[in-house]
Amino acid sequence: MSTGIGARVKRKEDRRFITGKGKYTDDVRAENQAYAAFVRSPHAHALVKGIEKSEASGMPGIIAVLDGAELAGDGIGNLICGWAITSKDGSPMNMGAWSALATEKVRYVGDAVAVVIGESDEAARTAAEAVAVDYEILTAVAATGSALNSAAPQIHENAPGNLIYDWEIGDQAATDAGISGADHVTSINIANNRLAPNPMEPRSAVATFDEAEDHYTLYTTSQNPHVARLVLSAFYQVAPEHKLRVIAPDVGGGFGSKIYIYPEEIVCLWASMKTNRSVKWTSTRTEAFMTDAHGRDHITTAKMGFDSDGRITGFKVDTIANFGAYMSLFSSAVPTYLYATLLSGQYDIANIHCNVRAVYTNTVPVDAYRGAGRPEACYLIERMIEKAAREMGMDPAQLRRRNFIGEFPHQTPVIMAYDCGDFASNMDKAQAAADVAGFAARKAEAAARGRLRGLGYSSYIEACGIAPSAAVGSLGAGVGLWESAEVRVNPVGTIEILTGSHSHGQGHETTFAQIVAERFSVPIESVSIVHGDTDKVQFGMGTYGSRSGAVGMSAIVKAMDKVEVKVRKIAAHKLDANEDELVFEDSQVKVPGTNKGMGWHEVGLAAYTAHDLPEGMEPGLKEGAFYDPVNFTFPAGTYIAEVEVDPETGAVDLCRFVAADDFGTLINPMIVEGQVHGGVAQGVGQALMEQVVYDNDGQLLTASYMDYAMPRADDLVSYQIEHNVTVCPNNPLGIKGCGEAGAIGSPPAIINAITDAIGTEDLEMPATPAAVWAAIQANSSAIAAE
Amino acid sequence: MTPINLKVNGKEVARDVPGETLLSDFLRETLRLTGTHIGCDTSQCGACIVHVDGKAVKACTMLAAEADGTEVTTIEGVSNGGLHLMQQAFNDNHGLQCGFCTPGMIMSGIDMVNRYRAAGEELTEAAIRHELEGNICRCTGYHNIVRSIQQAAGEM
Repeated sequence: MSTGIGARVKRKEDRRFITGKGKYTDDVRAENQAYAAFVRSPHAHALVKGIEKSEASGMPGIIAVLDGAELAGDGIGNLICGWAITSKDGSPMNMGAWSALATEKVRYVGDAVAVVIGESDEAARTAAEAVAVDYEILTAVAATGSALNSAAPQIHENAPGNLIYDWEIGDQAATDAGISGADHVTSINIANNRLAPNPMEPRSAVATFDEAEDHYTLYTTSQNPHVARLVLSAFYQVAPEHKLRVIAPDVGGGFGSKIYIYPEEIVCLWASMKTNRSVKWTSTRTEAFMTDAHGRDHITTAKMGFDSDGRITGFKVDTIANFGAYMSLFSSAVPTYLYATLLSGQYDIANIHCNVRAVYTNTVPVDAYRGAGRPEACYLIERMIEKAAREMGMDPAQLRRRNFIGEFPHQTPVIMAYDCGDFASNMDKAQAAADVAGFAARKAEAAARGRLRGLGYSSYIEACGIAPSAAVGSLGAGVGLWESAEVRVNPVGTIEILTGSHSHGQGHETTFAQIVAERFSVPIESVSIVHGDTDKVQFGMGTYGSRSGAVGMSAIVKAMDKVEVKVRKIAAHKLDANEDELVFEDSQVKVPGTNKGMGWHEVGLAAYTAHDLPEGMEPGLKEGAFYDPVNFTFPAGTYIAEVEVDPETGAVDLCRFVAADDFGTLINPMIVEGQVHGGVAQGVGQALMEQVVYDNDGQLLTASYMDYAMPRADDLVSYQIEHNVTVCPNNPLGIKGCGEAGAIGSPPAIINAITDAIGTEDLEMPATPAAVWAAIQANSSAIAAE
Repeated sequence: MTPINLKVNGKEVARDVPGETLLSDFLRETLRLTGTHIGCDTSQCGACIVHVDGKAVKACTMLAAEADGTEVTTIEGVSNGGLHLMQQAFNDNHGLQCGFCTPGMIMSGIDMVNRYRAAGEELTEAAIRHELEGNICRCTGYHNIVRSIQQAAGEM
């Protein structure tokens, strides 16, 4: 059975997970381990007038009670946002200070003010309750749409009116002209609901300070351990990089929320030094809701103009993005370069203008969550075009087809240059799989049962494989977004791949091995993937933005290119052959048409014994590479959802979900489909169920799985997945990226299906039964009044 | 402290435990059987499901002291060498991604197959989806978990 590119290879990493032998951070028990518990603000906005620690300090099993003044006194720096955005007036973004332990002021429920270190988790948590913090409660603002009101409280002194930046992209005058000259204009007011990412493994950290070596080790739930080490070192000044080892072992899901370096990891490292103990902290689920970066939370008004043939003449967008109480690591990039640059969707639009205001509120910081900006763009465009089609009396699929970009490369007016795709073919495949032709009959059959049946489209595009370093640097990124790899051929001929990517569910141990097995014709069992430990692996950028295929695997290919050169030279020398004629077959380097060949173990042994190498060749057989992508990649597809609504209750039954995606070359279709399944489930969650809710005082009302509706198996269906392949011209494997597409493309398909069923566009996410029922009632009242 | 005697994965265990210790913490922290995972605080997620006297139980809903005299099986103990058919089915069908909810899913899957078999009822896709209401997965969208349990149900 093939184990190469395109094969459905069963995952190599599964065995430890299905037998309970996975090693997650909370499974780590360090020598001499103590436990951290955080004292968190119960108020959304308050001045800290005093912290009384004596009672807690005297409780049994308590080692230390530490606060932000001591943290600052030891020179630990503030948390930062690593992407600088410039407002349209030329001013820099207004970033307020964020200390890992708040000192003078708390700004959201959950903001930590102190930490208790105890001999046991129970002792620490009990004592944390006994730390008395004197708060002077201030008025809070939580709602995105209220942050800029003149009556809203000032959250950070250096962000007047709670405005972080006021940014724009595109040609406003041309867009206004395009819309004012249109034959039809569709307008929309839309919100993108705030979500909690909810990887099933809560965040965790185990920090150990080695006094004799002046060295720190941190086990942590990270998607990017080297970035964590860099930021902990360069900005928070915990320790210089060579004195800090960061290990992200098995990580139980991330979805973006484990990109960032949070206060807890900083505090555990620092507390380990202060107490000379290993310090462990594992988040409870409630703490996760209160501290893991949330996602989405936009409100938008937009207009789209069309000519008499239904061609788009202009698209104008005004968005307010809620950043919560502090600017998280990549927060600033999400509603700008990951959102507004995707507003052309799959359509040929000459004129686009988008204005984005980012605001502070007294809520958990908001940052990238699966899709990050692209779901917000897709939801806006795809609801807009569906609404426009209905207003103009056109078939929504036909209106999309009329505006699809057909020639590549295509330069949009909002930076992105799409490299390849076949949008009409994606639509064809989706419509065939969804049996769109049979929908009218299904709708009639449902109507006979008293049910409203609807069908909704979403034709998404996204930009991933993040990202060309010089390009993102010019847009304000504080880092480059290349990836690294090292290929080590061992003396016995087995191969180790050291990658800067990090797998937390994506199956890298399998797919990365597949490209090596394919390239060198070696058994996949003889290839192992090493990742997640800064002491083992060279600096790498980690996994997010669907980049580990297009960028991470490209780095491996580049390193394999170098290894191959040396292998050919060694084998040609030993076999007395021409290096260019050698082929890789059956675990051997062979001279074609002869029986001459060398096994990989023989090549490896020759390289490491170095008894007889070509003149001047260094011993050993390992090569490293850094790969910097030349462009984003642009996965695209069409999703079709079909729903039935019970008009009596508003309950929505998802009947069918079809995804037709173009991810370029597929390395392992089984794993790619799994990514789509999971992404779609999160998108269905956003569309139907999930919503982080704050009350007007900034109290978090959804802080457990009893209050925040996570999609369960019986909320979902078996998905129909179709693949369409246009090979990406910009990376050696021709791959695009599949991690986020499902979450990006699915919400508008679901909502468009519901609005099709109920006959009104006036519906927001999540479309709970109550919301759908209310929309039906409002619509029938409106119709009755006409 | 409460003295307890129980069998865990076929081995006799005798320990003194504080009365408030949850079975999930006892398994993870005292016995270091870390395959049983803790994903929430409210007994919703099912990552901690084990079998107590052959029945699926969320180990966070039970005190260790209540397990006195029982036989407990964790994910580490479902197979006597090799893989249980349910474990193999999860591998065959890509029924896991990050692996964190997986032990609970496998323990839940084995339990539902056994119950439906004993009752002589067919374990349909709809039944599997309904039975999984106590297990949350954030990675797979459940599609391949359902396939995995379907396969194992046909083989067990």
